[in-house]
Formats: sequence, structure tokens, C-alpha cells
Amino acid sequence: MTDAALVHVQKERRSRWMLLTPALVVLFIAASGPLLIVMLYSFLTAGPYGGVEWSFSIDGWFSVLLQRDFFSEELTFADAHLSIFWRSVKLSLLTAVITFLIGFPTAYFIATRPKRQRDIWMLLIIIPFWTNLLIRTFAIMELIRAEGTVNLVLLWLGIIDTPIQMLFTEFAVLFGMAYVYLPLMVLPIYASLERLDFRLVEAGYDLYATRWQVLKRIIFPLAKPGVIAGSILVFVPSLGAYVTPRVLGGGKQLMLGNLIELQFGQGRNWPLGAALSLTLLAIVMIALFVYVRAAGTEENGHG
Amino acid sequence: MIEVIGVTKVFPGPDMDFTALGGVSLTVQDNEFFTLLGPSGCGKTTLLRVIAGFEYPTSGSVLLDGKDLLAQPPYRRPVNTVFQSYALFPHMSVAENIAFGLEMLNKPKAEIRKTVADMLDLVRMTPMADRKTSEISGGQQQRVALARALAPRPKVLLLDEPLSALDYKLRKDMQLELKRLQAETGITFIFVTHDQEEALTMSDRIAVMNAGTVRQIGSPREIYDQPSERFVADFIGETNFITADLVGVEGDGSGLVRVRLAGGVETHVQAPSSDLASAMSNGPVTLAIRPEHAILVDEPQGLLKGALENVVYFGTDTHFHVALDDGGLFVLRQQNQPGQRSDMSVGDRVGLSLGRGVGQILRD
Ligand SMILES: Nc1ncnc2c1ncn2[C@@H]1O[C@H](COP(=O)(O)OP(=O)(O)OP(=O)(O)O)[C@@H](O)[C@H]1O
Ligand SMILES: [Mg+2]
Repeated sequence: MTDAALVHVQKERRSRWMLLTPALVVLFIAASGPLLIVMLYSFLTAGPYGGVEWSFSIDGWFSVLLQRDFFSEELTFADAHLSIFWRSVKLSLLTAVITFLIGFPTAYFIATRPKRQRDIWMLLIIIPFWTNLLIRTFAIMELIRAEGTVNLVLLWLGIIDTPIQMLFTEFAVLFGMAYVYLPLMVLPIYASLERLDFRLVEAGYDLYATRWQVLKRIIFPLAKPGVIAGSILVFVPSLGAYVTPRVLGGGKQLMLGNLIELQFGQGRNWPLGAALSLTLLAIVMIALFVYVRAAGTEENGHG
Repeated sequence: MIEVIGVTKVFPGPDMDFTALGGVSLTVQDNEFFTLLGPSGCGKTTLLRVIAGFEYPTSGSVLLDGKDLLAQPPYRRPVNTVFQSYALFPHMSVAENIAFGLEMLNKPKAEIRKTVADMLDLVRMTPMADRKTSEISGGQQQRVALARALAPRPKVLLLDEPLSALDYKLRKDMQLELKRLQAETGITFIFVTHDQEEALTMSDRIAVMNAGTVRQIGSPREIYDQPSERFVADFIGETNFITADLVGVEGDGSGLVRVRLAGGVETHVQAPSSDLASAMSNGPVTLAIRPEHAILVDEPQGLLKGALENVVYFGTDTHFHVALDDGGLFVLRQQNQPGQRSDMSVGDRVGLSLGRGVGQILRD
């Protein structure tokens, strides 16, 4: 290469970087800025009326899992926090499982409709998603409260004689989250099923696979990328869900999101809130890591 | 034995229904190599799909060894398909693809391993057993599709253009392999191809199809030498069509009839079939004559006369294009012999001679 050409290439490379710089700066600040602030706050001292005081302390992190007995100064696990962690993880996992169990057949049904019908079905799935979350959550409340539609119908049918208490239970939270996040499961599964070559299904039948075997050995493995994406899309926001447990759990079935909100509000313990936020982030990352690893190795084991 | 009886398949369309199969009937014997031949879109794949169970016919029935095949779902039919589109499972390796059918039949593990190894060997894919199907070439995919369909040893194997993506040499090898395999396993082959040469060399019998109907069924020889109608004569090989007048039927059961050609000369030609010969009435008919069945002679000895229009050298043989006196072009083919010298040149007057029984009257 001649010197002139070399200079030209270098120049081009430099100008490309310069053009990218604004975007990179924004990305860097937007992605890590808030995170750094939260990280910083988690190591400060709580102010008496909220906010933080600028002195180093690990009390925030300390209180995530442990608590000091008020009188004896004895260290014990923070049972309340642990049970909230556990409920958050459990409900989020269950939400992912339930949305999968409902979402997979739904996506399959839509993907096997004639092309023109599919868009209509997809629209029906997406419309609730465009509706305000609060409105949807209150609608569910209306459905399942003691004098709500479900209880009234059951009473009228004579199946029960006193209303079932559904609102403010874990069931209510689960029901609400599954309903709210269902589209996030259906969409990616539909995307991978729509690309599926249904001649492969015929080839499966041709080679003596029953419907169930075709589903298990052919359709499901080929839809797996969609299932993985859907599970992540449902699990991650479920873990930090705030509105649904607040409204349908009635302050009794707290999840991590509510606990964090509590620290920044009534609890006036911002460092603890910040530490809890980062704990949530850590749980999400660990869960994703484990999940993606497991999903990946299974595939390798097969192929 | 597979019996296809009056099978019709109509695909409903938005404006207009489309009849892909219009009353197809045929019988395929056990261990027969039966070929479906026809132009694109004539319904070959559709017929295979009906037999395999992916399409349910609008009417008609399909019997396997006398039992109704249509009552069974595709996964219970002892029929395997080599798909035109291969349809290999992209999430499985070559070996896993081949093992799939055997696994579904719950064969013992050791047997599966052995059969898969044999099949890989047969289609020469052993070195690529562990590759993903997306990492092999089109021809290799076709071979895997073949191995996958053969592995469970079905009673009937449906092959939808299984060799079309292979190069000439490999195709010849695979043709021989297929024939050998078919003889060895006793599997009935129903084979679809576009390649007439392949159809003629490999088949026990051929069904020529057009626009959803079967036009003629017969051995390669019958199909080539005695095409029953213009479509078949035209579709298989090259053919000259000339018009003539039917003047008499020989009553000797030879299936020969007498016709008068354009120049007024009479000759003997084949009737569409020997039992039809006696039922034919005099009048204008169309004759089909293969290019290699006529002989180029001096003008006075010819039954048909004309002027040599073109001479095309093809290596193994030479094509002579003759402009007949009554209009129309006749193409004649002669094998080249060593030392033979052609003293004919374009523009010369020539004659065409036909042996007794050369030429075939076509059904209208
Ligand atoms: N599902 C379907 N709906 C509507 N029409 C169809 C359908 N399947 C096939 N056809 C039509 O039926 C006709 C026969 O199709 P088929 O696939 O059997 O042809 P083919 O003989 O196998 O052709 P090729 O040699 O090109 O593979 C075609 O005109 C095709 O367009
Ligand atoms: Mg076809």
C-alpha cells in the first residue's frame, strides 16, 4: 500500500470513530451513569428524612440479608427480606412457566392459521399490551374480588356458597402477572414458529413420529430460541414487578420492587434501597447466566 | 401391492378450484420400480402426498395389499418419502436424521447404530455423520434424505426427484445403487423424475402424467416405441408427427394397419394397441415416427420425399432435417460409423424409407 493510501485509510478510520463518539458517550452515560449513582448511594449513610449523608457505610448492604436485634445487638437473618426474595423468585418462575404453558399453544395456533388470519390474531394478543398497566390490573381486581365477576358467576351457578378470597393472595399476584406478561411470551415463540418449515413436521409424521413426538422432537427444539427469549422477557420484568403485586397483593404479598420502593419512601433508607436494587440486578444476572448455560448445554447434548 | 383407484384431488381456491389430480388409477406391484413422469405441475408430488398421507383425496381410494391406506394417519403407514425439498431436520446431525425413523419405531439401540452406519456407508456420507445438515451441500443433503427414508425399511418408498441435485457421475452411481437396493430389499419404489433417460433406464414401468391425469402406463419399451397419444410421444424422446389416411386393417392380430402417406404410397404401421386395431375406422390419422426409425435413402426409393435442409453432427450420431414435399419437417437420426463418409449436402433431394410396422398411429 502506498503512503498516501495508508494515510487515507487512517483518516477514514479516525473520522468513523469521531462520528460514533456522541452515540458512544450517550450510551455510556445512560447505561452506567444511573448504575454508578445507585452503587455509590448503597455505600452511604441514610439521612434521617430520606436522602443520604456523605459518609461511608456498609449498613445498607448489611441490612439486605441481616438485621441487628434492637435490644440484644444479636445478628439474625432478615426473615422478612428473605421471604420477599423467595416470593419474588418463585412468583417470577411460576409466571414464566404459566405464560409458557398458555403461550406456546397460543403461538402455535396462530402460526398455523392461514397467513391473512395471523395478523388479526396477533393484534388481539397485542391490544391488551397497549392498554395502560394500571387499568389492566384494576380490571383483574374487578374480576377476582369478593363481589367480583368470577365469584358472582360461581355463586349464581351454585358451585360455591360463600365468595372465595382471591384478591390479596399470591394467586392474585400470579394471575395478574401471567396475564400482563403473556404477550411477551407469545411474541417471540410466534416469531420462531412462523419461520418453522412445516414440511419438517410432515417429514416427522412420515418417519413414524406421533403428534406428541413431532411436538417434542421437531417443533419444540426448533422453537426453542423463541421459548428462551420469551422466558427471559417474562422472568426479568416479573422479578422487579411493582404495580401488580401492589394492587393485587394489597401490600401483603410484597415483591422485591415493592420492598425497594418502601426503602426510598416510608422506610427512608436509601442506601438499603440502593443495595436491594443491585441485589435484584445480581439475581437477574445469575438467573440468566444459569438459564442460558442450561439451555445451551442441552442443545449441545442433543446435537 | 399399491392400488390407486380413481383418486381426485381438488384444491379449493379463492376464485376457482384447482383440480390437481383428476381421477388417477394405477396399480404398483410388489418390488416394482414404478416411475411417474410428466411435466412440472402435472400432479406427481400431489399423488405421492396422497399415498404418504399428507393430502386426503377429494374422492377415490388407495389400497396397500388390499387394505385401505387412507384410514391410517401418515405415521402408521409403512411408507417413507424422500422429499423434493429434502426436509432434513436442521437441529439434528446427519446421523441423527437417519436414526430418527428407527427411534420412532422403538428399535433397539444397537440395531439403530448398525443400520445408521450401513446407510451412511451406502450414500457415502460416513465422514460427515456428525455434521449439521446445514453444513453439507445440496447433493449431500439429498443423499441424507434418501438414507433417512430407507433406514426404516418401509414397504413402499416414495422418491420425489431424489437425484436431481447430483452431478452426472454421482447420479449414475446412485441410480445403480438404487436399483441394487431395490432388488435386495424388496421395497416397492414409486419414483418421480423429470429426467426421461433416468425414467427409461431405471423403471420396470412408467406412468406418463399430464395435467392431473395418467396418459399411459407401460414398460419403458412400450412407452417409447408405442406411445398411445401425441402428448406421450412428444414428451418422451423426439418424435416426428405426420398425417396419413387409414385405408385398411390387417385381420391377422399383428396390430398392424395399412395407411396411405402424403405421396400416395401405402405402408404398414402400428395401431395404438393390438385390440384396438380391428375397431378402427378409415380416415385421417396422425403417425408418430421416431427419428432413428426412418432411414435416409435416394429419392426414388423413399416413401416420403423432400429436400435436405440441414445436417447436424452430434458426435455419436448425425441429425438430418428434411423439408417434406407436403410441408412439415422430418428429423432423422443416423448413427455415425467409422470410415463412413456423408456425400449428402444441404439442398439435395432425398427419400425416407420406413420398415414394415415402423410408425405408430396415435389415439386422438
Ligand atoms: N396446497 C395446494 N394448494 C393449491 N394448489 C396446489 C397445492 N399443492 C399443489 N397445487 C397445485 O397442484 C398442481 C400439481 O402440483 P404438484 O406439486 O403435484 O406438481 P408436480 O407434478 O410435482 O410438479 P414438479 O415436477 O414441478 O414438482 C400444481 O399446479 C400446483 O400449483
Ligand atoms: Mg413435484
